[in-house]
Amino acid sequence: MNPTARLLLELGAVLFGLGAVGRFAGRIGLSPIPLYLLAGLAFGTGGLVPLQAPASFFATGSEVGVVLLLLVLGLEYTADELITNVRRQAPVGLLDLLLNGLPGAIFAAVLGWGPLAALAMFGVTAISSSGIISKVLTDLGRLGNRETPAVLSVLVIEDLAMAAYLPVLTALIAASSLVSAVYSVLVALGTLAVVLTIALRHGEGVTRFVGARSDDVLLLRVLGLALMVAGAAEAAHVSAAVGAFLLGIALSGDVAEHIRGLLGPLRDIFAAVFFVFFGLSTDPASLPSELLPAAVLAIVGVATKLVTGWIVGRRTGVGPAGRLRAGAALVARGEFSIIIAGLVGASVIPTFAPTVAAYVLMMAMLGPLAPRLVDPFARRLARQAAQRRPGPPAKKRPPDPRPEPSAEPPAR
Amino acid sequence: MEVEVEETRLPGIGLRHDFVTAQGRRIGVISQRNGVRHVVIYDEEDSDACAATIELTSEESEVVAELLGAPRITERFAKLREQVEGLATDGLPIAPGSPFVNATLGDTAIRTRTGASVVAALRGDEVFASPTPDFRFRAGDRLIVVGTKDGVSAVRALLASG
Repeated sequence: MNPTARLLLELGAVLFGLGAVGRFAGRIGLSPIPLYLLAGLAFGTGGLVPLQAPASFFATGSEVGVVLLLLVLGLEYTADELITNVRRQAPVGLLDLLLNGLPGAIFAAVLGWGPLAALAMFGVTAISSSGIISKVLTDLGRLGNRETPAVLSVLVIEDLAMAAYLPVLTALIAASSLVSAVYSVLVALGTLAVVLTIALRHGEGVTRFVGARSDDVLLLRVLGLALMVAGAAEAAHVSAAVGAFLLGIALSGDVAEHIRGLLGPLRDIFAAVFFVFFGLSTDPASLPSELLPAAVLAIVGVATKLVTGWIVGRRTGVGPAGRLRAGAALVARGEFSIIIAGLVGASVIPTFAPTVAAYVLMMAMLGPLAPRLVDPFARRLARQAAQRRPGPPAKKRPPDPRPEPSAEPPAR
Repeated sequence: MEVEVEETRLPGIGLRHDFVTAQGRRIGVISQRNGVRHVVIYDEEDSDACAATIELTSEESEVVAELLGAPRITERFAKLREQVEGLATDGLPIAPGSPFVNATLGDTAIRTRTGASVVAALRGDEVFASPTPDFRFRAGDRLIVVGTKDGVSAVRALLASG
């Protein structure tokens, strides 16, 4: 068969298969991410049906996927929101990162993976998946819940922390000696500060720069600019993902809202390619031996997010039921853990990527389940809290008498 | 009684407004930046959780707002109609294509040209009673016009074509 025919057939079959898998996931209320990873594992070297198509296609697609994921995430936030959130919620964010990141770092240290892998595992376990979580909150109709703002502000802080963390990690991985490591971290953070200032102060200018009347022109301009910014950021060791995220923050107002709509479908395709590619580049044979350590990490990861949610919820004044729900909502890990694993690659520790793959498989599957699983417990807590409350509990109050029908005849 | 509405930011989504009704139930509205609204009704037992969330497009939320807010205006309107026999009243829109979008009430010279008077203007849920000649129209405003039957029809024609 000629190579073009083969490429198209295989690519088509993969995308079609992902569509089927995604539909299945949607039906049973799961995130498609773990299924995309499994699909990647199945198609990769040593998998069930190894693909012949050039890996370079999936590699490029995966990079574009990261850029689009982070660009669209950045578009969701306005600079103003980020600043007020950091001011108000910084202690909570710090607590969340330490409580969830340290177990990862300790895990790496126990396995003797060295400081760099420990730093990477810190990120893998700390950062929740904003993609999975906002989808679950929407699907379960919990956007209105009173604990939801707390959950969202934790996500905002994590995303921002990510923007500082990724450049440091990228620079450290690229560096060869201690001196060059310090130097490249400083360069990376300096670049980050400059770009962040532009994004926060001159968002309107950037928005005007890409603004266009027709959709196709706008789409090309934004995508082109995003790839250029991501490329430049990668060159400065700030990491492509962070460059795209900052561009997303800089774009604001109605234009940002419009671009989000335009980029949505494109993001979905390339994000799927990104997850598949990570599965493709992981050898399934290396997975089974990592399942047990990953499971330990997963159990700790669920517990620490539950604690985080409880504390964050209490701080925002919601009842025990809401605190439990906040923690359960935060459980999911996904895209960020994989971005980090992609950065680290096999360069540091060969078992790093398979461990993260197993961990994300579990956490992305548990993420949407946890809020549903804790619901009965949350209800019980709510009932107890209601009984403890002074005054007649809401349930037992006699129904208020209907208002008397108006004595006046209706105006006619 | 003053209704105390609590406003909460939802980063990445929009705003939430909620309050507790006189009957003790909490109700809220989430406004997404893309115009989608969610009406949220909170659980009786657990007032932090929502029992039901209904998503509304921007058109649908306008309908709900009108249904909830409009009766007061229509009631007043109905009374006005009854009060004086032989007097016609009507609510006439300033359509987006009308020549009087951005013009002032004085510019239209409605009273001199038709004999009818503009007694109020409605903009969204705002009511401008007895607008002055320098009141500036926007597309979508509704003018409450009082006059003879012919006068009111003349205003309708005037607003549409100038």
